Amino acid sequence: MNADVIIVGSGIIGAACADELARRGLEVLVLDDRRGGATAAGMGHLVALDDNPAELKLSDHSIGRWREWARDMDQGCAYRNNGSLWLAANEQEMAVAEAKLKTLREAGMACELLGAEALRATEPELRDGLPGALKVAGDGILYAPNAARWLLTRGGRRIAERQGRVAAIEADEVRLDDGTRLRAPVVVLANGIHAPELAPDLPIEPKKGHLLITDRYPGRVSHTLIELGYVTSAHNASGPSVACNIQPRPTGQLFIGSSRQFGTSDPAVDGPMLARMLRRAVDYMPGLAKLNGIRAWTGFRAASPDGLPLIGEHPRRPGLWLAVGHEGLGVTTAPGTAELLAAQLFGETPPFAAEPYLPERFLGARDAQRTSIPSEAGR
Amino acid sequence: MIDLTLDGRPVRVAAGSTVAAALAIGGDGTSRTAVGGARRAPLCGMGICQECRVTVDGVRRLACQTLCAPGMQVETRP
Repeated sequence: MNADVIIVGSGIIGAACADELARRGLEVLVLDDRRGGATAAGMGHLVALDDNPAELKLSDHSIGRWREWARDMDQGCAYRNNGSLWLAANEQEMAVAEAKLKTLREAGMACELLGAEALRATEPELRDGLPGALKVAGDGILYAPNAARWLLTRGGRRIAERQGRVAAIEADEVRLDDGTRLRAPVVVLANGIHAPELAPDLPIEPKKGHLLITDRYPGRVSHTLIELGYVTSAHNASGPSVACNIQPRPTGQLFIGSSRQFGTSDPAVDGPMLARMLRRAVDYMPGLAKLNGIRAWTGFRAASPDGLPLIGEHPRRPGLWLAVGHEGLGVTTAPGTAELLAAQLFGETPPFAAEPYLPERFLGARDAQRTSIPSEAGR
Repeated sequence: MIDLTLDGRPVRVAAGSTVAAALAIGGDGTSRTAVGGARRAPLCGMGICQECRVTVDGVRRLACQTLCAPGMQVETRP
């Protein structure tokens, strides 16, 4: 055996899983082919989403973990607990903000409604006439590639890394495209949109997104600004969509998103889609139009049919564990994902119910007993 | 000839010169300070690399894509 666990993918999910398993005493080998994934392309927004109770539980729990970890993270991880503002564009969206407030408060999260005046005072760059916003105080940001690096290295020597592309996984054997064969009793797929190459039955689809970053304009925006249309309409249609999402980076730069497109794996920037996305952001923050955008790029979110990740053992491939399908929420939910995976692997009671995220909901009932590592095996 | 100001100092350049040329003629050639504190300078000269970002009359612009104009105020710091 080459390790206790082989993890495929060293993005934020693979890194968090490696960290969690190594802290429990396992020898972990992380493989990555350096194709890059959502971790490198995304905004690093730590955001509590509440499309359903499971999503809220996973994101809220994970954001709490990031807040604890932030005390030890290096400056390069660029963690900030700057909070999010969900912007209401009309009275209908203000009602949505109130409903969201109620849901989040019931979950014990710190949040408050800002009326029109309070919103203008908080974020003066926003356009006149917005009726208000919901402020979620616990949300934050980080620089995900460095946070992944920090997770892979903070634990010392139990995590080994190797560059290589996995060609196939058969039982406990991982075969690389150069013919190398590696073995471990547990293999974790944490390679996002590339996971179906190794497990074709996974219902993961790429959802393309665009981002743009501006030159440095410190102090113009303090919270991450997201339109409530992000949840109420803009991204709920099946066709291509855009929503205003403006995030201040610690450098003073602004990230501007967001877009969603299905049915394409072309990484090229789509000019008309980028223009539509920027117009949407300018609708909310007119001054953006005068700022200097320095780069735009795309990335692909690994989307599952119900928007929740698949966390647990593949029901018909004993030893193959899944931590995939996080869509746009992988950076946020990496800590909780790793805890849920480890709890199942060690046969422990997870910190919250694991059922909503089990792969069985798409892959059918389990036909073999789950592989598990007894807790006392932790060395 | 065109007279402009670079970080408070007068610079005279030929008509048709870019601001990137003015940086080379009137200063040390650098355009900005990176987040890590290092000075940066124009590289590609064709508006792609974004290294030559400067402030021109209060607005962030690419020095290599901006022509000098009389009285222009160009700032490269902080």
